[in-house]
Amino acid sequence: MNPWLEKQRHLIDFTLASLGRRKTKNIGLLLAYTLLVFVLASLTLFTHALRSEASFVLAGSPEVILQRMVAGRHDLIPPDYIEKIGRIRGVQKKEGRLWGYYYDTVLNANYTFMARPADEVADGYIMVGNALARERGLAAHNTISFRSYSGKLFTFEVSAVLSPDSELLSADLVLLSENDFRRFFEYPAGHFTDIALSVANPQEVRNIAAKLSSALPDSRPILREEVLRTYQSVFDWREGIVLTVLAGAILAFTILAWEKASGLSAEEKREIGILKAIGWETGDVIRMKTWEGLLISLTAFLLGFIAAYVHVFHFDAAVFEPVLKGWSVLYPRFTLVPTVDGLQIATLFFFTVFPYTAAVLVPIWRAAITDPDAVMRA
Amino acid sequence: MRPSSVVIGLLAALVLVVLALLASILHPADTDMQKLADNRAIVEKYGLTDLALFTEARYTRHPSQADLHSAFQDHPGALEHFPTGSLLAPRPSSINPHESLAGKTTSPD
Repeated sequence: MNPWLEKQRHLIDFTLASLGRRKTKNIGLLLAYTLLVFVLASLTLFTHALRSEASFVLAGSPEVILQRMVAGRHDLIPPDYIEKIGRIRGVQKKEGRLWGYYYDTVLNANYTFMARPADEVADGYIMVGNALARERGLAAHNTISFRSYSGKLFTFEVSAVLSPDSELLSADLVLLSENDFRRFFEYPAGHFTDIALSVANPQEVRNIAAKLSSALPDSRPILREEVLRTYQSVFDWREGIVLTVLAGAILAFTILAWEKASGLSAEEKREIGILKAIGWETGDVIRMKTWEGLLISLTAFLLGFIAAYVHVFHFDAAVFEPVLKGWSVLYPRFTLVPTVDGLQIATLFFFTVFPYTAAVLVPIWRAAITDPDAVMRA
Repeated sequence: MRPSSVVIGLLAALVLVVLALLASILHPADTDMQKLADNRAIVEKYGLTDLALFTEARYTRHPSQADLHSAFQDHPGALEHFPTGSLLAPRPSSINPHESLAGKTTSPD
């Protein structure tokens, strides 16, 4: 074997024996270190996966949603509004949408009701999201009654339950026909909740939104890029909140690791003195301690990362679920598609492995260049 | 066996596991890709704009469609009273202003 490699292996053997002499302390440090990497990596993996999934699926949302504002509040779209848009060049398709919220006193939860064309949902039927079906114990061909805001009771038959895979998007969704929607909410004829616009040329979206604003001064266009930006900021914010909560723990670990790495115990000093006295060079002592720092921090990083991956993608991030996903009565169940941000993982690797390894070196170098006799007597 | 052999072997095994996990991310399963494509199709078909994560209030169920002043939506000076309100990000408008789409007046303001 290459003499350099053989030397390193001997150094690792010696380092392991040295670590073994302070077994409890070092295992405790390794566990705390692994736990910290696990928490930080879980947070990074979870928020990145959620952010990626939101960006991917919401990239299919309408290019422009046009709301009408009255006194700064969202109001219904009157019948002549859609005709006015018709004159704006570049708008490929415009569709008045009907949707709203219904508070169900049985579950104490809000549902989102959305009207669909008659060829998708017939009058008297509804399609429901999987979380709603689960909580209300519904299946296809069951019937369910809702008391409308006017006090009348409406009974619907469930024609289908939406796919469980789409729960992230459709947990609380109730799809019903336009006639049923208008009757249930007593919506004025010809009025809509908002308007979804398709734009032929994506480069033109901003121009069209500007034209809409000037043609319809009481409207508020919401662009798809704003929808995507909202979700980026929601999960950035949540990641930040968890990091803030964890800041105390991270700081405590930093102090522990710094204390362990930078302060040499009398036993360690004596060990260095003996090594120097029996002929070890300063470089060998530093190399041995570098291996010690690397072995602990690298093992902690690898174990922590693997545990975080399993936690996030196989156990649905059970530890952080409530704070990262949100809180609600109708809680969607979903498994994220694994994805990783290389830069974030590289940053995590750099900030967990290198500082500890570097912190080990300074006091060792100071002890190793001192006279062995003085070190052993100290 | 030398202790260094055991430790190097263990570290190598851990590195291999991490590399395998990263490889599985780079080449996702067909079922995962199908699930994402199906979900995007649902978004396109129904014109959905938001994730169904926080359903307790309209400005948390559809944060992207909420009023610009949603934190004070009930009456002037009204504070948040839903749990998610304390965990939801401030509107992006406070970080990145909305597009300047306001109509222009014919005479200078």
